[in-house]
Amino acid sequence: MEFKGFKRRDGSTGTRNYVGVLSTVVCANEVTSRIASQVNGAAAFMHHQGCCQMPMDVTRVTQTLIGLGRNPNLSSVLLVSLGCESVVLQEVADAISESDKPVETVVIQEVGGAAQSVARGQLLAQEMVREASGIPRVSCPVSDLVLGLKCGSSDTTQGLVSNPALGIASDLVVGAGGTSILGEVTEFIGAEHLLVKHAKDETVANGILELVKRMESRVMAVGCDMRGGQPTGGNIKGGITTIEEKSLGAIAKAGSASIEAVYEYGVRPEAKGLVVMDSPGREPEILTGLAAAGSNLIAFSTGRGAPQGFPFVPVAKITGNERTWKTLRDHMDIYVGTVLEGTESLPEAGRRIFKELLEFASGKLTKAEISGYTDSMDIYVVGPVI
Amino acid sequence: MKIDAIGLHEKDNVATALRDIPAGEEALVGLLDTTLKVLIHEAIPYGHKFAVKGIVKGDEIFKYGEVIGRATSDIPLGTHAHIQNIESLRCRGDWEKKG
Repeated sequence: MEFKGFKRRDGSTGTRNYVGVLSTVVCANEVTSRIASQVNGAAAFMHHQGCCQMPMDVTRVTQTLIGLGRNPNLSSVLLVSLGCESVVLQEVADAISESDKPVETVVIQEVGGAAQSVARGQLLAQEMVREASGIPRVSCPVSDLVLGLKCGSSDTTQGLVSNPALGIASDLVVGAGGTSILGEVTEFIGAEHLLVKHAKDETVANGILELVKRMESRVMAVGCDMRGGQPTGGNIKGGITTIEEKSLGAIAKAGSASIEAVYEYGVRPEAKGLVVMDSPGREPEILTGLAAAGSNLIAFSTGRGAPQGFPFVPVAKITGNERTWKTLRDHMDIYVGTVLEGTESLPEAGRRIFKELLEFASGKLTKAEISGYTDSMDIYVVGPVI
Repeated sequence: MKIDAIGLHEKDNVATALRDIPAGEEALVGLLDTTLKVLIHEAIPYGHKFAVKGIVKGDEIFKYGEVIGRATSDIPLGTHAHIQNIESLRCRGDWEKKG
């Protein structure tokens, strides 16, 4: 099986061909947004970080921006900077250029204000879009897919149908030599001892346990308990009996493949196959982290209907809830309530998700892309803001 | 044919109801590419589990092919499996004890 994608000079494969307009700091967001909104083929990435943060967070933001710039769905990158932020523009630009991708920059304080920066940026972006429009889609093997996994806004069907079905699809991607990235460390808590059974070796197992410990410690440091209150009263009323059961329902979306490696947030995997990446569960941060790690496609299982997509990575929404499918038409992409209706078995639904994901990879648009529900992204930072 | 409940792995000894199932009805359980029928002996609400194999006190409860808890009393075939007869095996913070 294969899909049609864009080959990049660094050997990676994109499923889209955007010019990325990336804000280096929150203060550059308005200019970033205004440039991209008037250039067809440009996609804006905005966030709320980049300054007045601890050094380790400035480093995190810098590395994430580099990862985003290197994402294979971008043909070229326009970086928009204010000029006084903590993030070092040249560092980001140079690192993205190393992947043999054209990079331009606009510095608002140098150009002289938003209006002129927007004009300069639009003219630059237009040229880059024109250049990019000549790049054709070519046949690519499934092994070129880097599939980000996400679930959220859960209901009863998610852990029973859409997550397990996505897990089957993820196994097919991995089986064909592709990569699947599992984040959402939050959801491991309570079943991490079961998740590590899938780890390739003890190093990977310990890496996973370390991510859980780190997140849980951070939460305990502010006096909260992520484990003790789970499952919630609402979960119990809905039928979830133990924290193991709840977490397994989430982990099911990663299928049964062996976990090959563990990575920090936004780091591009060297390993193929199923990998774990540090991230929280919240959409802005995890979608950004998956994109920075090089995901060229994201599959998002949702029972109640979460609307978020990402500016330049297609996010395909999968639901097993009939009401969600019918009433949130502007957000849903793949329906697997067929399993509950008896018209399809779970394995059949999983195989169909895989097929449909290849169609989305090849250019079929997701609803989040069509409706432009991609503005509210952010970068996962952990330290204080000062 | 519409299924009444779903099982996720051959190892599972519970299945989850996809509708409210009254006592006395036969539930059609979808298990991967097959189905099986289980006579329900007590009302099972939507989203709740019931035993698809006889479970005795102390048995591990399997869902997704993994252990989700342990039976604190017998759970006969077709009866409700939930907090009244299942306990979690994961205590809070037990990774701390391992050091």
